[in-house]
Amino acid sequence: MALDPPVPVVPAPVWRSFKDLQEWEELHKTRPEGDKHSALFESITEGIHSFPGGFVVTTAADAFLNWARKSSVWPVTFGLACCAIEMMATFASRFDVERLGMVPWASPRHSDLMIVSGTVTIKMAPMLLRIYDQMPDPKWAVSMGSCANSGGPFRHGYHVVKGVDRVIPVDVYVPGCPPPPESLLNGLLLLQDQIAHFKKTGRKAPPNPKVD
Amino acid sequence: MTVEETRAALASTFGVEVASAPLMSITVSPDRWEELGRFAKETLGCRFFSFLTAVDWKEQGLEVIAKVDNLDDNVALMLKTRLGAGVTTCSSLTPVYRGADWMERECFDMFGIRFENHRDLRRILLEDTWEGHPLLKSYAVDTPHPPYR
Amino acid sequence: MLDQSTVSRVEMDWSGPERLTMNMGPQHPSAHGVFRAIVTLEGETVVAVDAVIGYLHRCHEKLSETLTYAQYPSIASKTDYVAAMTSEFAYVLAAEEIGKFEVPKRAQYLRVIVAELQRIASHLLWLGTWCMDMGGALGGGATIFLYCIRERELILDLFEALVGARLLYGFFQVGGTRYDIPDGWAQKCRETIDVIDSRVDEYQRMLEHNAFFLARAKGVGIVSRELAQDVGIAGPLLRGSGINWDLRRNAPYSSYEDFDFRVPVETDGDCYARYRVRMAEFRQAITIVRQALDKLPSGPISSRPALKSVAQIRIPKGEAYARVEGPRGEVGTYMISDGSAKPYRMKWRGASFSNLAILPHIIPGHKVADVVAIMGSVDPVFGEVDR
Repeated sequence: MALDPPVPVVPAPVWRSFKDLQEWEELHKTRPEGDKHSALFESITEGIHSFPGGFVVTTAADAFLNWARKSSVWPVTFGLACCAIEMMATFASRFDVERLGMVPWASPRHSDLMIVSGTVTIKMAPMLLRIYDQMPDPKWAVSMGSCANSGGPFRHGYHVVKGVDRVIPVDVYVPGCPPPPESLLNGLLLLQDQIAHFKKTGRKAPPNPKVD
Repeated sequence: MTVEETRAALASTFGVEVASAPLMSITVSPDRWEELGRFAKETLGCRFFSFLTAVDWKEQGLEVIAKVDNLDDNVALMLKTRLGAGVTTCSSLTPVYRGADWMERECFDMFGIRFENHRDLRRILLEDTWEGHPLLKSYAVDTPHPPYR
Repeated sequence: MLDQSTVSRVEMDWSGPERLTMNMGPQHPSAHGVFRAIVTLEGETVVAVDAVIGYLHRCHEKLSETLTYAQYPSIASKTDYVAAMTSEFAYVLAAEEIGKFEVPKRAQYLRVIVAELQRIASHLLWLGTWCMDMGGALGGGATIFLYCIRERELILDLFEALVGARLLYGFFQVGGTRYDIPDGWAQKCRETIDVIDSRVDEYQRMLEHNAFFLARAKGVGIVSRELAQDVGIAGPLLRGSGINWDLRRNAPYSSYEDFDFRVPVETDGDCYARYRVRMAEFRQAITIVRQALDKLPSGPISSRPALKSVAQIRIPKGEAYARVEGPRGEVGTYMISDGSAKPYRMKWRGASFSNLAILPHIIPGHKVADVVAIMGSVDPVFGEVDR
């Protein structure tokens, strides 16, 4: 069948309406912080915590919930470039990541973690943000490889975003080009440590000077 | 056609010197570009289209280079044409070779060369709203692009 | 009681074609990388495909003009990142051709060994991901994927012992190779390829007796001989369509003429033919590695002195087009140098860019499920497509 492929009409991407990065960040300041619970829940937990001896209940509940959260972190398969091959090797036979409870899942609606593996280009960045937005809270992001950390060997290119943290907030940075699966597993275990410190108010943990 | 026959046929039809080392290449003027492509495919039997690209020679203008192969007789041929200084249009090889489609879109994207008779000339690697043509020598490699700087 | 004159009637026309434009976005489960296919469907049949690429455009060609000949090979490996050795090979061959540098025989044989091992590793990954795409990640497809990754890890162990890196190496340098094989590596290499030889037989038996695999691969994605040459696809796609063209035999480079190997060619042009070509290439690559290890000469591994500065390699004015037979086809570098330490223009002829250009021509007429099978058998790597 000799058919011409359709010529798509591409609308201008949303970031075109911003003059610079500062205006773009203003947009993100007004987004609701998904970490906070409702006011009723906050008042109940504060009440229990301030009751003498009540902290035992809240810390035990925290510990249990954080153990549950960190033991079944499902990453969304977001492989962009060469690091994706090492990520696939980490998910596969030798460096099995399913023993940590991580089932790679294609749909962002059902996943907790986004491992950004590979170079983020200006054309891809809005798609990355869209996928990250589709993930429900609580969600974490791991920047894998030097391209996602800071632009990597392509930092001086005109089409490369100098680090994925210019697009989404990142929890763990894994260096390497590409990081071997052992490094990525180290990063994922550090992420599990971070999740274990996720407090009852849902705020992200401050960096731990011993491991970070 | 063997290498010698190819060289003789090209020299007699187009009347230009055919370079032989390091690659067999022929340079024609832009108005004979599509004719050269058709000659290479039909008469010389170079039916394998390898690539098409361009070079920015600063003051001397742009040069469009295509490479075609004759797989049966193992002949590799480079077709070149120099668009003049400031000229950014060239005729398209898509009526002759279907592989020129994406290659010419990439040349348009990177150099700004408009190919006439191309069915669907739009940017392929960069976004449709991108300004500038990166592989020109006047474009800096680290040109900032808001809002990502 | 409704007044009939005010009720508007919508006539539904069920006779004509209804076309739906669907987006298979840059992120999708078939693990091929960032590729967007805007498919126009009529029911379940694909009518047109518009492939949108460029989501991984990392400015290789512009960056190569700012990096010297000593710095760039490590970056070159990131174009075809699944087969990084052949990517670097193309770049250094072009630089050596312009500068007329002699490469010592030992370095040439080492390059051949490493390129063929890379071909085996790349085809293992292809087989794993293609079967996973067709079978589903949680279904039977993960079986072959996990087996193939297990074999691939054996080869990556060899590379790690040789170079220090698993995926992206800086093994090639202009004039030779950077590292020499350590003691015991040749013996380990022979053992590894013996293991892989037997296991590939096992996978081939598993797949070819599977009715679902045959139904999904036979007759799907037929590429005619004329279309294959016109678009410029190369590698197993070309050989699966009946054209007997392999750069290792037709335009030999780096002592490939010293080795005795067959070039597999199939005439059907469908996904199954391409699969058979790649499975045969496994065997031939194993043969070449065995011969190269047997005949490995002694001598220096590089004709250039050890690098002391990044701008040390200067190449005279000239141009060259060097090409290697990568696992996906003809990877070439067209380089124009102007006498300084950096090239004036470097065009990367990526095999996957030309291979991917065939999708709008062969997919229309197939069902949506075949899109994934065809894409897998075309085996694109987006570092090469977008550069």
